[in-house]
This record gives sequence, structure tokens and C-alpha cells, in this order.
Amino acid sequence: MRVPISWLKEYVDIDLPVEELAEKLTIAGLEVEKVEYIGIPGGDDDGRRLVWDPEKLVLGQILQVKQHPNADRLVLATVDYGGHENEVVVTGAPNLFPYVGAGDLRDKRLYSPFALEGAVLYDGQQDGQEKMTLKGRKLRGIYNRCMLCSEKELGLSEEHEGILILQGDYTPGVPVQDLLGDAVLDIAIIPNIARAASIVGVAREVAALTGKSVRYPDYDVVMEGPPVSGRVTIHTENPNLNPRFVALVIEGIEQKPSPFWMQQRLRLAGQRPINVVVDISNYVMLEMGQPNHTFDYDFLRRRADEYAPDGPVRIITRLPKKGRLPHKGETLTTLDGARRELPEFTILVTDPAGALSLGGIMGGEDSEISAGTTSVLLEAAAWNFINIRRSMDALKISSEAGFRFSRGVHPAQALLGAKRAAELMRRLAGGTVWQGIVDYYPNPPQQQPIALSAAEVARIGGITPTKEEIAEMLRALEFDVVDAGEDLLVTAPDHRLDVEGTHDLVEEVCRVYGYDRIPQTEMSDTLPPQRNNPDLETEEWIRDVLVELGLQEIITYRLTTSQHEARLLPAQQAPPDDRPYVTIANPISVERVVMRHSLLASALEVLAENSRFKERIALFEIGQIYLGSEDGVLPDELRRLSIVLSGPRRPEHWADDDPPAYDFYDLSGLVASLLEALHVEDWQLEADRHPTFRPGRCARLVVGGQQLGHLGEVHPLVVERLDARTEAPILATELDLDALQAQIPELRRIEPPPQYPAVHEDLALILDANLPAATVTETIRQAGGFLLQDVQLFDVYMDSPIPPGKKSLAYHLSFQAPDKTLTDKQVRRQRDRILQQLEKQLGAQLRE
Amino acid sequence: MLDTLEAIYQESLAALRDAASSAELEAWRQATLGRKGSVQLQTRRLGELPTEERPAFGRRVNEIKQALQQAYEEQAARLRAQDLEAQMASEAIDVTLPGRKPWRGRLHPATQTLRQIYRIWGDMGFQIYRSRDVETDEYNFELLNIPQHHPARDMWDTFHTTEPGVLLRTHTSPGQIRAMHEYYPEPIRLIVPGMCYRYEQQTARSEFQFNQVEGLAVGKNITLADLKGTLAEFARRMYGADRAIRFRANYFPFTEPSAEMDVYFGLETEYDRRLTKGTGWLEILGCGMVHPTVLRNGGYDPEIYSGFAFGMGPERIAMAKYGIEDIRYFWSNDLRFLEQF
Repeated sequence: MRVPISWLKEYVDIDLPVEELAEKLTIAGLEVEKVEYIGIPGGDDDGRRLVWDPEKLVLGQILQVKQHPNADRLVLATVDYGGHENEVVVTGAPNLFPYVGAGDLRDKRLYSPFALEGAVLYDGQQDGQEKMTLKGRKLRGIYNRCMLCSEKELGLSEEHEGILILQGDYTPGVPVQDLLGDAVLDIAIIPNIARAASIVGVAREVAALTGKSVRYPDYDVVMEGPPVSGRVTIHTENPNLNPRFVALVIEGIEQKPSPFWMQQRLRLAGQRPINVVVDISNYVMLEMGQPNHTFDYDFLRRRADEYAPDGPVRIITRLPKKGRLPHKGETLTTLDGARRELPEFTILVTDPAGALSLGGIMGGEDSEISAGTTSVLLEAAAWNFINIRRSMDALKISSEAGFRFSRGVHPAQALLGAKRAAELMRRLAGGTVWQGIVDYYPNPPQQQPIALSAAEVARIGGITPTKEEIAEMLRALEFDVVDAGEDLLVTAPDHRLDVEGTHDLVEEVCRVYGYDRIPQTEMSDTLPPQRNNPDLETEEWIRDVLVELGLQEIITYRLTTSQHEARLLPAQQAPPDDRPYVTIANPISVERVVMRHSLLASALEVLAENSRFKERIALFEIGQIYLGSEDGVLPDELRRLSIVLSGPRRPEHWADDDPPAYDFYDLSGLVASLLEALHVEDWQLEADRHPTFRPGRCARLVVGGQQLGHLGEVHPLVVERLDARTEAPILATELDLDALQAQIPELRRIEPPPQYPAVHEDLALILDANLPAATVTETIRQAGGFLLQDVQLFDVYMDSPIPPGKKSLAYHLSFQAPDKTLTDKQVRRQRDRILQQLEKQLGAQLRE
Repeated sequence: MLDTLEAIYQESLAALRDAASSAELEAWRQATLGRKGSVQLQTRRLGELPTEERPAFGRRVNEIKQALQQAYEEQAARLRAQDLEAQMASEAIDVTLPGRKPWRGRLHPATQTLRQIYRIWGDMGFQIYRSRDVETDEYNFELLNIPQHHPARDMWDTFHTTEPGVLLRTHTSPGQIRAMHEYYPEPIRLIVPGMCYRYEQQTARSEFQFNQVEGLAVGKNITLADLKGTLAEFARRMYGADRAIRFRANYFPFTEPSAEMDVYFGLETEYDRRLTKGTGWLEILGCGMVHPTVLRNGGYDPEIYSGFAFGMGPERIAMAKYGIEDIRYFWSNDLRFLEQF
């Protein structure tokens, strides 16, 4: 909402500097996003904007216009600009030609911005805004050093057809800056301040915040036409959707441009002037916040002559008629030229012959006023704001009227708006207003007073104004306040629809009091019971462990497509689970349609993306997946951990051999380290198959008897689809974090460091080549008993002299007793028992 | 004879000083202090002396032996140090060659910022509560005092799912209602972090997926002044003790009175001007006193209880802190971006 200060000052005195006013409004909830200065200095000036020099750009009175002796298209204007002598100016302005030879023009009171030599202006001859400095020169033999200015030369508009002529009581020599200089506040209108979406609305706030009072516009109408009664009737079929409808008729309107001051205000407020009728309609909407609409009255009358030759014009507001076939209901072509199918809930303004306009949103093309219109029916109505918004959504339409009505305009404003617009049409467009107002207002709302105590203001606001001070603050906002002892009985003024309870009043008191004046205190309430969040704490713990292990955390989009996720599976595979996706009804792009079932698909994409400029990529993500629930409307949100690895195991270094690439054992070792850090002990990796992973290099992780997920080298066919720029294997896993967390022991004992030395033994075995190492280790542990403290595989060998089909595994074994130093004999006994079991259970032989 | 002894002593000392290597030193030791060494030979001549001179001579021989032994050890240490020095000098390396840097892991900047937020609020007694991403219209809007078709819904462009009444949460505020239902009638102080989603085109300034941290305090006698004091405390720790802050009245359907808190960044640099759109102030969070309807929907009687709520965006906080001008970096996971944190 653009608010010119000059316009605002018509309704409220402002003695604060603009910047201070802007700050005050901002703090009170009318955020001034920008201040634009017109012709005067101010703001963050980049030097490109034109500032009118108060010495060289003044108001001149045009005293006389004569023909230029040597040119048909030039005139000589004698101008009083407040100097010692009058100045004669050569100009080609067409709008001065009518005054040629008219003698002394003093009585006409014609004024124009007058630029003296050296003044900086925009060049009227060039497109856009190019600055130029006025220099004296001869024009067809007559020396000319001054100029009368067009709107374009001042930067007010693109208008350069003639000079800007102001008619009225002015003083020659007044700086143009003082007269036309302005500042425009650009205010963000938040939904609950919709009442301030008008100049008067902002004036009310300014008045309340600065201790001034509002000067309202003149709502009196001079009515000299025939009575409207009997000529126009109004009926609203749905008073809850259209609580009020006010109509006036103005005849004998002359279509012409509106006066400069109105055009100027409209322009500064961001509206393009059209003609006096449209401009008045827009002006009243901007001024008071009450949108109104003008119908071509003769058009309505002609239609009435069809449906009731002797009867009145009958305006009816109603819902659209249903068609006999679905989707064949009523339609309306709006004044933007669009033919619109009408939703069943959109209120129409109609007459018996059909629809005329979308109530409160946009007029219809047929009844729109045109160049030939001389009589108008002026509508000012009230509409249900929720229904207006719903209709605008459904029709995908927006308008200034709709913007205001969809945020709520009080029905009381309709009558004032109608009168204001009618009177302006009489004064500025030469119209005659018919006598009487048609006002259909079946159920005026009853404003209930709300009780407010100073204690409540203190309880919520934390401030302690007295009851009297509170009453004063609310009265400043035009609330009606009655002192009823303990409480104040407060009734909202009839421009407000947003006041429902004490909380609304407390807010108003706080705003007027000033948010900046409210103290900063500490809560005095008791501290609530303090609770841990084990889920989050576990996640953060795992994040820390994985970062320690050298992985980079990523966070990916949770919206994806099923096709993206299917890339994890070589062709012709069924999806990993058949639970439904959470699917977006209104996706923002074809890439973001469902909530993910997997973290891995995104992690691999990130890997592929980064492979274009990074060799080593080691990533993890912790986050949710979303599985459609079997039993309720909301999906299961489950936590997952993904890890992907690819590239060199360590950074390249000048002193070392080239580092080997990450392989399966880097990933399995990393997972083992993670489990160790979490003190999870009961876990195994078991060889398994999974479509995402390369057969023979894939394992499932089983913790506490429960499968947590698969890990492995990504299948070459999956890699192919990723478009990754890496030759190195890609290792990946996705684990069930909820299940993992359940396996983390709550308490664990820390053992004291052993007091007695450990005895180390090495064991080299020859075994079947396909026997899993985990089985061998487990057998050693079982047989070793409690004295066997540690088992470490340190060598795997499969070449000669080991027989084909066999392999050699070599282990470091550590034996240790908690209470004594073990003897050689005791150790040998344990070792023999282990060997015996290995031979018996696995057919192992000792390698000599 | 004593003269000879003294001469041998002086000669030996001189010879010791000349010993330049451990081999020479060893040869000196053999020649001087060894069993057949020059000093040892002198002791054998003890019998050649008259009886009364013998004790004095013996004492002197021992003195000289000890002195020479000590001189020997000093010289040996000196030589060892010299040798070591020479060896180390020959093994010197170019210490400016690049060292071996281990791979280093990092947390995502959003996680880093969230942790900072958790820490500050945790210190003030606000604990972490989490709530679901896929929500119902009821929890995301209706119970938060945003009925169907209410113009306030314009404030949140929503992703709807194909299941009627189910949507992606547009803010973490549904957590307010869920927490109140869980904890009534206890007082509440918590924050609700989580991913939110809005139907917004991706630009440098907006993302359709973003983190939000909601805060909620409910109790008796909690006021707007408490809200100001608590949030000012947060801002001081997050942005520095000397940063100016201001509260502007604003509108949210689930709070009233409502406000936004701005932090002053100033206009000194071009970046600050861009960041603050030429105002010097950066909006960092929305807040307000919990609307009585929302308290009631959470089970708390608004006549007895009051409270405040706030919401902030960790990515925006990180952007302001690190001078990041494009929010899309966060989920694009370009390692050249992530590895700068």
C-alpha cells in the first residue's frame, strides 16, 4: 500500500519527520518497507533521482500568452515567478494556445512550474528519465532562458503533451518542492491491519500513535436529481455472503480527465489515471478502503425495458444458477475480457436478465462504463471476506477490490463510500445525484462490548498502565469505552471487523503503548519438568561419531519421485517395498512429487554430482523416510542412516604411494567402528543379495537378531544410471536408525585396566576357501573361553603353497586372566582346545 | 717421580683435548687409564719410593686418575653430541613440504546452526520436542486458529497430498498443539525443530523445504514483557551482546499480540545493505503471545494460563552469519560449499 504523505496530511496533522513516522508505524505493525521521495531530498539517495532545486524551480503565474512573431507553433507566455520582473518564456505547449490573445489571464489563476536557467530537469524530448540542465538559447529569434515544465520534465509522469497547469489560489515564487514535493510510504499490509489498507485507515493509526485526531472526508451529498426510489430496487438473496448493498444513481456525467491533484494522488499511490469516473471510484477506494463499482445505468435501464418496461431496474445479488448438465452453469465475461465459469459459491450482482458482475471482485464487460456513458449506478457493498477469498482462489483472479474485501471491510463503510464517491462525481464530473439512497442492509451487526481490566493488560502484556490510560489509548483508536468499575466495557468502532475478545484489545493497548516501551523481563513462572530427547540425542551422537570417522554430513530434499528411487534397482525389479508413497497433489516440479522411501537414492545422486569435481566422497545423512501407513491417514515417519563412500582411502601425498580406493572393507569397518562407538556388541555381517548391490560384495547387518539394512558395493548397473564420473567402486548402506537405537545398551560397565600381563599367541590355519571368516572367529571365541581376551585376524592368504580350494587365515590371540599371570602350560591348553574345535567343527589344519 | 707423574697428567689432558672421534677417544682411554696405560704404570712404580713418600704419591695418582676419568667423560659426551649433531644435520628435511592431512568429517551447516540454537535454548530451560513432517490440516491450520478459506492461509503456500486433509507441515507450529496435548497441565518450555515445506518457487531467497525452530512457553503469568526479555537474551547470545534489536507488531493467527524481532546489521557494507534491504534491520523471527483459542485447543484454560511462541529459520540465521546469498546451496550438497564449514 503506497501512502503519499501529502495525501495523508489531509486527514491528520503530522509533525514528525518522515523517517520517524515510518519507524513509529513499523513498530506498530504497519511495516514501512520503503520511503520514496518525490522532488525532495531524503532516503538512501543514489543521485539518479531528480531533486527539485527550491531556488530554480518555483511556481509561476501565467499572466498573458501571445503568438510568437516568427513561429506558428510557439507562443510567448508572460510569467510572474515572484522575481523583480516578469519573464517572457517561449513555449510550444499546446495547452497554452487557447489563451493566445485572451488578454490578461490574472483572473484565470493559471500557474505552472517555472524553471530558471541552470535548473536540473528530466529531458522531455528523450525516452525515460534523462537529466538535463536548462540553458538559455534563442528560439526563432527570441532569447529564452526559462521554461514552463511538463509533468515528465518534473518526473511526475510520462505526460509531455503540454505543460503542467495548476488552477487555483497559489503564490508565485513558491518553490515547486514545497507544493508538489512528497514522500510516499510503502506499507506492507498484514491481514489483521486490513482496516489500514486506505489513506484514512493509515491516518487513524497515525493519529492514535501520535496523539492527534482524524479529519474525516466530507460525506455529505448534494442530491438534486429525481428520486431514486421506484427506479432502482436492490435485493440480496444471501445476506450472510452479501450483508449490505448501497446504490446511488448519478446522471449527466461528463467523461473527461480528472483534475491534476487527483491524478497526482492516484499516481503516487500506484494507480494509473484513466478518466474522472474511474479515477473517482479508485480514489474513494484508496482514500477510505471501501471499494465501489460503477455500472452504466443506461445499459441497466435498457435491459429493464426488456424484462419490465414500466418497472424499476432490479438489482439482485445471488449465487449462480445451476446448469442442467454438470459444468454447464452460468458464466460471466468480466471486464478483463475473460469468460468465466462460475463456482457455485461465488456471489453475483445480477438483474433479471442475467449476471452483471462478480460481487466485490470484478465488474462484467457488458455493464462496464464506456466513453459514451453519461449515467452511472454506483454500488458500494459489503461481502463475506472468506467467501470472496474462496471465489478469488477458485477463479484465479485478483483485483484491488477483491484484495480489500477478502480481508474484511465493515458494512458500515459501504454507505460512507457510496456518498463520498457520488459527491465527488457531482463536483468533479458535473453529474447530478438522484435523490435518495437505495440501501439494502437487512441485519446490521450488533457490536458486543468486551470487558477489559487493567489486570488483564498486565497479565498478558506485562505492562501496567492505569484503567484511565488504557481507556485513553483505546479511544485514540476510536473504540467506545465505558468505565464499569473494575472493568472497561469496550466496543469496537464500525470500521473494524478484527476485534473478537480481550486479547485483541490487549494487542491494541500494547501497540499504542509502543512495543519498544514494553520492558524486557525474565519469566517468573516455575521451570517445567526437564526431559531428555533420547531420539535426538542418539542422532547427534551418531553424527559426531561419523564426523570423527571422516564423513561429511549431507541433508537432501525429502521430496523426490518414485522413478528416482527406482534407479537404485536394476531394471525389471519390483520396488523395495510395496507401501504407498505420500504423494503431493500440487507438486512444484516434476522432480518433487512424493515423499522419499529411501535416503540412499538421494545420497548416491549427491555423490554422482560431486564426482565431477571431487575424487574422494564420503557422506552420510540422517533423516526420515515416509511410508504410507496401513491403518491411518498419516504415514509412518521412520529414521534412516545412509552412508556412501567412493574414491581414495586417504589423501594423495607426495611421499607416499598412490592411495588405494575405498573398498567393501572400508565400509564394513566404518560400520563396525560406529557400532563399537555406540557400544553395540551383538552384531554380525552375513553375506546376502540385494538388487542395489553387486552380488558377492553385499552383506546384511544383523544386530541383536534384527536386520538393520544392507551394505555393499553398488551394483554396476545402478552405477551406470547414476552418471557418476568415477571409476572407483561406490560403497553404500542404508540402515534402520530406529532399530539401531533400540540396540544401544542403556548402561554399560567400564572394566578396570588389567593387572596381569597378557600372553600373545599366533595361529595360522588352513581352511576351505569359501568358509566365512566370521564363522572361524566365532569358533575361536567359543572355544577360547573367558581367558581369550582378544582375537585379531591379521593375514589372509590363498596362493601357493596353500592347496587350491583352501585358504590360510592367521590370527593374533591374546590370553589374559583377571587374577593371575597365566603360565605357558595354561595358555597351551587353551590354544590346543581352540585348535581341536577348529579341526572338529571346520576341518581346519594348523599351517606349519 | 712426582714430577714425571705431573708431566704425564698434563700430557694426557692435552691428548684428550685432541681426541676428535670416539675411536681416538677409546685409544686415549687405553693409553692413559687402561691397565697398561701411562697412569696405571705410574702406580706400579710406587715401590720405588721411600716408604714415607708413598701415601702422598698414591693420593696424587688417585686424584689424577679421577680427574682424567672425569675429563674423559666430559669429552665423550661432547663428542657424542657432536656426532649426533652431524647425523641430524645430514638427515634434515624440508619442513615446508605439505604434511599428511587426514580426511576430516564435518556437520552440515544447518546441523551446526541447529546445535547452536539447541544449546542457547537448552541453557534457558527450553527442551527439544519433535513432531511429524506429514500433518493434518487440523493440526497445521485449524487448531492453530486458521480456519478453511481464512485469508491468513495466504501466508502459507501449502503442499497438499492426495489424501484429503493431509499436507506437508508449512511450519513447526503443529508441534505446539501436540506438545500441549502431551504435557497438560504441566508448564511448558520447549523448542520444536524440524523440516517444513512450502509451495514456493526455488530462488536465491526461498526454498520449498527448510528448517524451522518453533518455541513455546506456557505457564501462569507469562507476559509479552517475558517474551521480549527471553528473545532478547537469545539474540544477544546468537548475534552478540551489543547488537540492537527491535520488536515490531505483526500478525500471526496463532498469537496475539504478535510481533517480529529484527536484529540490527547496519548499512556499512554493501552486503549489509543487500541483506537488510536498505533498512539496516534483519527480521530474524516471528513471535507472540499464544492466542487464547490455541491455548484452549491445546487443553489449557486461557483465563488461567498464558504463554508465548516464536519461530525462526536456522538457514536464514546461517545465511546472515556467513554471508550466504543463495539459500539453494543448503540442500544441493555441493562439497565445495559444505567443506567451507
